[in-house]
Amino acid sequence: MSFQPVDYYGVYNQLSDEERMVRESVADFVDSEVIPIIEKHYQDGTFPMDLVPKMAELGLFGITLPQEYGCAGANYTSYGLAMQELERGDSGIRSFASVQSSLVMFPIYSYANEDMKNKWLPKLAAGTAIGCFGLTEPDFGSNPSGMITNAKKIDGGYLLNGAKMWITNGSLANVAVVWAKYEGEICGFIVEKGMKGFSAPEMKGKHSLRASVTSELIFQDVEIPESHKLDVKGLKGPLSCLTQARYGIAWGAIGSAIGTYQSSLDYAKSRIQFDKPIASFQLVQDKLVWMLNEITKGQLICMQLGKLKDSGLMNPNQVSLAKRNNVDIAIQCARIARDIHGANGILQEYPIMRHSANLESVRTYEGTHDIHTLILGADITGIQAFK
Amino acid sequence: MNILVCISQVPDTTTKVQVASDGISIDRTGVKFILNPYDEFALEEGLQLREKFGGTVTALTVGGETFKEILRTALAMGADKAILIKDEHKNDSYSVAFQISEIAKTMNPDVLMLGRQSIDYDSFAMAPMLAELLGLPSISMVSSLTIDGNLITAERDIEGGKEVLESSLPCVISAQKGLNNPRYPKLPDIMKAKSKPIEEIPSLSTDARISTMAMQLPISKRIGKVSGDSESEISDIVLALHEEAKVI
Ligand SMILES: Cc1cc2nc3c(=O)[nH]c(=O)nc-3n(C[C@H](O)[C@H](O)[C@H](O)COP(=O)(O)OP(=O)(O)OC[C@H]3O[C@@H](n4cnc5c(N)ncnc54)[C@H](O)[C@@H]3O)c2cc1C
Repeated sequence: MSFQPVDYYGVYNQLSDEERMVRESVADFVDSEVIPIIEKHYQDGTFPMDLVPKMAELGLFGITLPQEYGCAGANYTSYGLAMQELERGDSGIRSFASVQSSLVMFPIYSYANEDMKNKWLPKLAAGTAIGCFGLTEPDFGSNPSGMITNAKKIDGGYLLNGAKMWITNGSLANVAVVWAKYEGEICGFIVEKGMKGFSAPEMKGKHSLRASVTSELIFQDVEIPESHKLDVKGLKGPLSCLTQARYGIAWGAIGSAIGTYQSSLDYAKSRIQFDKPIASFQLVQDKLVWMLNEITKGQLICMQLGKLKDSGLMNPNQVSLAKRNNVDIAIQCARIARDIHGANGILQEYPIMRHSANLESVRTYEGTHDIHTLILGADITGIQAFK
Repeated sequence: MNILVCISQVPDTTTKVQVASDGISIDRTGVKFILNPYDEFALEEGLQLREKFGGTVTALTVGGETFKEILRTALAMGADKAILIKDEHKNDSYSVAFQISEIAKTMNPDVLMLGRQSIDYDSFAMAPMLAELLGLPSISMVSSLTIDGNLITAERDIEGGKEVLESSLPCVISAQKGLNNPRYPKLPDIMKAKSKPIEEIPSLSTDARISTMAMQLPISKRIGKVSGDSESEISDIVLALHEEAKVI
């Protein structure tokens, strides 16, 4: 039987048959293919490439895009549930799927011409091509509008110069969606591996998201054909992609919290101290109840956010609230779980430290916790506090 | 090849079952129902046979409206069509087998696949009953299966060894764990399953051959007693075993 997440408010009973099956299929996949191998990759600092064709076969790339491109054509609640289960496995694996789906396939589907769509979407869906998304630069993280990477018009296309940093899947990617200034405005370009002047060295030494590849992207006079320019102008281009990915992260974080909670509950019931299971002490119960409480709230946020998104009524600020809250409580759950597991909490036999360390990246990428606070603050007060 | 897979819906394996107020059924509130785990092997085998020999896989169940859920799962795994025989009262194996047999007669399947047992009532009766009603051979608890022309060769695990059996098609097979690795439905197939048909057939009434009179939870384990090994304590134990536990 498929893994059943804690569900104190019966939220998963409200799923449609399709949504239920998507969650169960991805849960089965995570339990049989991800959890048994992930620790080793995490320790070695490698991304499990073997999973790519398997994830593709299951239909995890571009879940919400139409079947004509080889995608599942599912709704956003299904997408969220898939991300939740993936991140119960590992944030790095969820990141891979998020980037491929929301940051690469989504902009190609939304803003590229038909040739580019036909060229890349079926391959990205089938996992025979990997994509990455280059927005962040060494000197421009929370403030991407200051980016230095730029494009100049040349005969038949553009000349791209600059550097990106912290790019998930960068060194693995066959195709990169890169954001650069052109005539003073942010524009998107499809850069292909092997284009002259384009390189993507891997960044090493991470203590977080170790089972995920993070890279620099370097562009030195890279010639980009005219047809590779995306049809969108300004910050709203990359932000529209980030909204998609952040939506998935809000669900994913709950998956991580469910993982650390479930492990804590099992551990607390079986670990005996002072002749009793530690679950019988009030202080431990308080911790477990705190986790349950926050997970339940997070689940309700996700389910409602999914309904809003599926009915076209969601606004990006609502995603900010969900990402901000859910990642925050997931980190706190991981911390509490570490505590409940005692010394065992630091071992690789339990998923706790891996989740805990992973979530530090998740808290920062796709808009830091504080940047989402400022987005929400600006929305409710009408006053921007960024600058 | 025309393959009919009979599936059922059962409470999930972690459910703590409670007896309903009528005393003869289980309380369904809050219980999660799933596709009977042994039926997953039957379904997977049916799909693999189709992949090898071509043809169609039809998933069939006898049950209420909520049983459509498992039919959707079967369709998502790859079944071509699904049939729901609408009957809420399904704990009489004979009436279920009879209804399936009546529909099966109209379909002329080459292979009928079932799980070895459904893990709710555990009667193990369905495959042999169905075969009997259809006048077909049946092999139960099969852990490996090959078909060559009209010849079907099946392996069964028996105490300390294996048994190899042969029969001819059409044949009724019940699946044992280990027959295969059931696939998980792929996301695009889950979405495509939405447009595959579920045919609904009204219950074909039969007289039940058995009826449930009572249902009880197992008596929970008694609490043990801590005792010593002095003369008097030993005679207390002997007395208790004789008079309270009535085992000596
Ligand atoms: C593992 C990993 C993978 C990543 N993958 C990608 C990727 O695939 N593609 C991509 O483009 N990027 C990626 N990133 C980059 C990520 O999006 C950035 O790290 C993030 O936007 C924050 O930028 P920064 O690290 O430069 O931090 P900074 O912007 O320098 O922020 C540092 C601190 O200052 C705070 N701060 C900044 N501005 C303000 C303000 N106005 N008011 C108050 N506080 C402020 C921040 O909240 C933060 O706490 C990834 C990052 C990591 C760690």
